[in-house]
Amino acid sequence: METETGSAAMGSAVTSGPATGGGSVLVDYDDALARYEPVLGLETHVELGTRSKMFCSCATAFGAEPNTQVCPVCLALPGSLPVVNGTAVESAVRLGLALNCSIASWCRFARKNYFYPDMPKNYQISQYDEPLCTNGHLDVTVDTPEGPREFRIEIERVHMEEDTGKTSHVGGATGRIHGAEYSIVDYNRAGIPLLEIVTKPIEHTGDLAPLVARAYVSELRDLVRALGISDVRMEEGSLRCDVNVSLMPRGGTEWGIRSETKNVNSLRSVERAVRYEIQRHAGVLDAGGRVVQETRHFQEHSGSTVSGRSKEEAQDYRYFPDPDLVPVAPSAEWVEELRAALPELPAAKRRRVKAEWGLSDEELRDLVNADAIDLVAATVEAGAPSGDARKWWLNELSRRATENEVELAALPITPAQVARVIALVAEGALTNKLARQVVEGVLAGEGDPDQVVEARGLAVVSDDSALGTAVDEAIAANPDVAEKIRGGKVAAAGALVGAVMKATRGQADAGRARQLILERLGAGG
Amino acid sequence: MSAITRDEVAHLARLSRLALHEDELDRLAAQLDVIISAVAEVQEVAKGDIPPTSHALPLTNVYRSDEARPGLAPDQALAGAPAVEDGRFRVPQILGEEE
Repeated sequence: METETGSAAMGSAVTSGPATGGGSVLVDYDDALARYEPVLGLETHVELGTRSKMFCSCATAFGAEPNTQVCPVCLALPGSLPVVNGTAVESAVRLGLALNCSIASWCRFARKNYFYPDMPKNYQISQYDEPLCTNGHLDVTVDTPEGPREFRIEIERVHMEEDTGKTSHVGGATGRIHGAEYSIVDYNRAGIPLLEIVTKPIEHTGDLAPLVARAYVSELRDLVRALGISDVRMEEGSLRCDVNVSLMPRGGTEWGIRSETKNVNSLRSVERAVRYEIQRHAGVLDAGGRVVQETRHFQEHSGSTVSGRSKEEAQDYRYFPDPDLVPVAPSAEWVEELRAALPELPAAKRRRVKAEWGLSDEELRDLVNADAIDLVAATVEAGAPSGDARKWWLNELSRRATENEVELAALPITPAQVARVIALVAEGALTNKLARQVVEGVLAGEGDPDQVVEARGLAVVSDDSALGTAVDEAIAANPDVAEKIRGGKVAAAGALVGAVMKATRGQADAGRARQLILERLGAGG
Repeated sequence: MSAITRDEVAHLARLSRLALHEDELDRLAAQLDVIISAVAEVQEVAKGDIPPTSHALPLTNVYRSDEARPGLAPDQALAGAPAVEDGRFRVPQILGEEE
């Protein structure tokens, strides 16, 4: 059995027992919030999408065979020296600017020393007391029964560092690091550029705390994507979140002791981890106990957290400036150039599309929740009306994504292809039903919409000779209905149109079929 | 008063994974005390407007372009590993049993 543990922040504590037993007492969520006010802190690691690593030229592809993207630098072989990836610094500055941070005019890398084999150097290159970006904020919106509510999340810092190798623990009853017989390490990930984004304490969120935490990570993810600095695949671990939670009694002023839940890597898990920790802390405090300051691990299957190791000694990283790397000193001109070149950011984009597409709060929320704004926008750019584009992405395509358990954007269909399907419907070349079959074909890899139409023979039958036969057959098969229509009951034509559609397997142009029926039965048209 | 206590030396030794005997701790604590006191004298002289020096060269912004290059072949990468399993470096137990 194998499991994976996280990152360098494992620290250097040698011995530590679990601080609490397995069976945590949970207080009902609403009860907990009635008596306590949560304070949150979020540390998010984003793996940058650079082609090469932070301090060496090794490739960064995800999923490569173990130890195939390594070199003397990231393996810490003697005599090797790191050199900073300029694109990674640029990405860090751009994220800092997008988060409204100040950009340091001079800062250094520092060595974070610890003994843990996920870094062969026995230290991780990071930044300590001189982060590149400081004092920013990110506004996030949470849906409440009373309507959307905005929270400003203050950003403490954004700093640059390198990711660690991937450690798997072998043997032992639980497969966790404790009790493992030995571990095996793949250093492909060691040295991939990471940005760590740290919030200031987030207060006054009350019972919305789990949703605020989730909204923050979601907004940060969208921001990173909009900047194009990472593709942010949370399931591949390219965005990971450490969730700090503490409780103070309502009306109190002194923060409680916090726990830190490590490596939470989905939006839903962030929400659940905060919720669980609030309930657990309340249980400890209600019983007159003290919350232990510790690292905890989120359990995906149960939504609970379990104790990692106690933190007291773990802070002893003996940071010092890395003498192998010269300082980073972004010039004011360069920073302003980067600021001027920032793309439209998600919040501005939401405001714009809401106005341009005439959306209600709810309609915008549906798009945001489905992660569909960029897809719809691209479909609109490819020529589709926004209403149709929204309908396709939110209904048929969302359904397909759910069925296949992939994100909407991961569906193998492009906005341009969706726009083409919409155009074919608008031209009358496809019915909605046929259009869904075309989409199915595109998703199955049968080519562009026009190719699928051609190959599957899905064009609407609207030429009169082909339709006429089906119409004649429908009239012949339904003499009663035909008689009614002859007698002036034009509404009855629907039944015959239905029969024609059925006979043509949905490919008939319904409007034209109706016309032909009425003409043939002398009932106008 | 000494600049570094014996307990602090023991703590640092533990962080550095150095197994020191009691008599070594005594000896090293005294030696480190002398070193730190000497550095403290330098710090006295360097007070005021002299910034601490972390880099000997007056360089900033030394960057590489973001281009991937082939590194080591896996067998080269693993050549120095004390043990290999499944294409990975095999390392001894990292933490003991949970207490």
